[in-house]
Formats: sequence, C-alpha cells, structure tokens
Amino acid sequence: MLVSVYRYNPEIDDAPYMQDIHIDIPGGKDIMVLDLLQLLKDKDPTMGYRRSCREGVCGSDGMNMNGRNGLACITPLSEVVENDKLVLRPLPGLPVIRDLVVDMSQFYKQYEKIKPFLINDTPPPAIERLQSPEERAELDGLYECILCACCSTACPSFWWNPDKFIGPSGLLQAYRFLADSRDTATTERLAGLDDPFSVFRCHGIMNCVSVCPKGLNPTKAIGKIRNMLISQAT
Amino acid sequence: MVTSITSFGRSGLYDWMIQRVTAVVLLAFTVFMIGYMLFSPNLDYQQWKELFECTSMRIFTLMALLSMAAHAWIGMWSISTDYIKPTGIRFLFQSACGLLTFIYVVWGIQILWGV
Repeated sequence: MLVSVYRYNPEIDDAPYMQDIHIDIPGGKDIMVLDLLQLLKDKDPTMGYRRSCREGVCGSDGMNMNGRNGLACITPLSEVVENDKLVLRPLPGLPVIRDLVVDMSQFYKQYEKIKPFLINDTPPPAIERLQSPEERAELDGLYECILCACCSTACPSFWWNPDKFIGPSGLLQAYRFLADSRDTATTERLAGLDDPFSVFRCHGIMNCVSVCPKGLNPTKAIGKIRNMLISQAT
Repeated sequence: MVTSITSFGRSGLYDWMIQRVTAVVLLAFTVFMIGYMLFSPNLDYQQWKELFECTSMRIFTLMALLSMAAHAWIGMWSISTDYIKPTGIRFLFQSACGLLTFIYVVWGIQILWGV
C-alpha cells in the first residue's frame, strides 16, 4: 500500500513536504497505524513520531490519519485506509517540531488555565473526602480524558484562537472539576470562563465528539458549563 | 480568562444570550412577514401602508431592526476575531460593520416613521 507521510526536519528542510512510501503489510494482517509507523521507521530511521504505551492510554501518538485525528496505536488500518492509500499528517493547528511531532505548549497552556486540580477551602478530614456513588458518577465521561489533543486540534475555533479559546479538551476538564462534589471553587472557576473566548467560541460543531478516541463528549460538557454560567448569572 | 475584549457586552454569556434572544425575535418577524404575505394574496400599497401605520407593527419592526443590528454586530465581531489577525485591519473592519449597522438602524427608523 501507499503511505504518504508529512516530513519536516527544520535543521535540514526549508519547507515541509509529503514523502510517498510503498510498503507491504506482512501477511496482509489488519495492523494498527502505529505498527505501520514502526515499519516505516525500519525503512527510514529518521522518521519522527511520538509513542509510548501503544494501547490508547498515554495519548502520545495523536495524529491526522487520512484527514481524521486519532490515536495511531488503536486505529486499525482497515478503519482509515482508502483505496490502498494512507496520508499521515501531524495534528492540525499546532506548530510542528519535526515530522509527526507537534509542539503541545499552547494546548497545555489552555489546560493549565482551568486549574486542573481540586480546590477545597474546608479543613481536610482525617482520612479522605468522601463522595456518594451518585456524586462520583457525575465524573464519568469526564475523568477518562487522556489529553491526546485529538479533539482540540480538530476544532476550527481552537485553530483560529489557540491562545484564547480553551478548546474542547480543556473545557471537558474544566467541567470535570466544576462537577466534582469535593471542589469548592465553582464560583471562581465560572468567573474565569465568562468571556467571549474561553467557552463561548464553541459553536457546537462537534468535531471533538466525532474524533475523541475515548468516545467522550466535550460538546455536552461545554453545554453544561454554559448552563452553569446561565444559572449563576443575575 | 481573556480580559481585553471589544465585543458587545464584554461578557461571553451576555453576548451569547443576546445572540439567542435576537435570533428568536428575527425568526418571529420573518415567520410573521412570510405568513402575512402568503395570506394576503392581493396585497396592495394601501394595505401595506396600513400595516406599518399600526403602532404594534412599528414596535415589532423596530424590535426586529434593533435585533438584527445587535445580532449582526456580535456575529461580525466573532467572525473578525476568528479570521482577521492584524489588529489595524480588524479594527477597520469592525468600525465599518458598526457604521453600517448604525446607518441601517437610523435609515430603518426613518422609513418606518415616514410611512
């Protein structure tokens, strides 16, 4: 099959280019895109990409496969290859460091903004802060986010304003702490989101939902943040 | 939080709310106008004039006009902050949109009360 890979090494190349490589899949098996990348790397050791756990938990190998963001390690070729061709590009919208490796600083900066930790100003109990099963269930569909950036880099609002719009991933996390019964900073958290960019640049096109490798729903979380802002407003 | 903002209400929630409320007003006005024209097959100038001489219709139309102005401003502001990155050009674009909106409102009022 034909694999077209985005190549860019700023130390050598003046501009990025697409490299076409013909590759035979051993035994005609339905391997994952990450396995294919390893085959490519065997052919050309200068190929750069991130990977770590190779089982969809660490979120390192987010990339754009035939126009769709996803994790290479849990995406089988049969799911993305069209007409025996696969185009691999880095996650869109973020600066490229080399080949398929992007600079995630802007993404992490937005994550940092939402204060991704529990804030509780009451005295800590002797053992731990307890939650009822119902309170704990509120966090389902939120805590599973692995920060792979597939969603935020599929979002046009994040492409145009990566410095101002928090993006689907950060907002899903923001709601994860707003929804947590052990967190007491709800008012302060909401006050930090009530500007025309942080939350309200989301126009609900749901690209985030469609690409999330963990099957999460950031658009729903954003809607809930918006509802909290409305009910808090006077 | 983004603090330097030149939008309509300077609050995302406020702009969002205005956008929704004005959209409902515009929808109501559009549905009414289409309905009125459909159910008045022999619409002539006299009937049209009488419709707009009615105070309630003037209030409704002015409401739709102001809704359109607010809706357009918020929309154009959003679009310009997405796509026009050089501040000078964006400022010029936003000023032109503001001026045009203002002209439309004054002109609209003049037409409405000139009936």
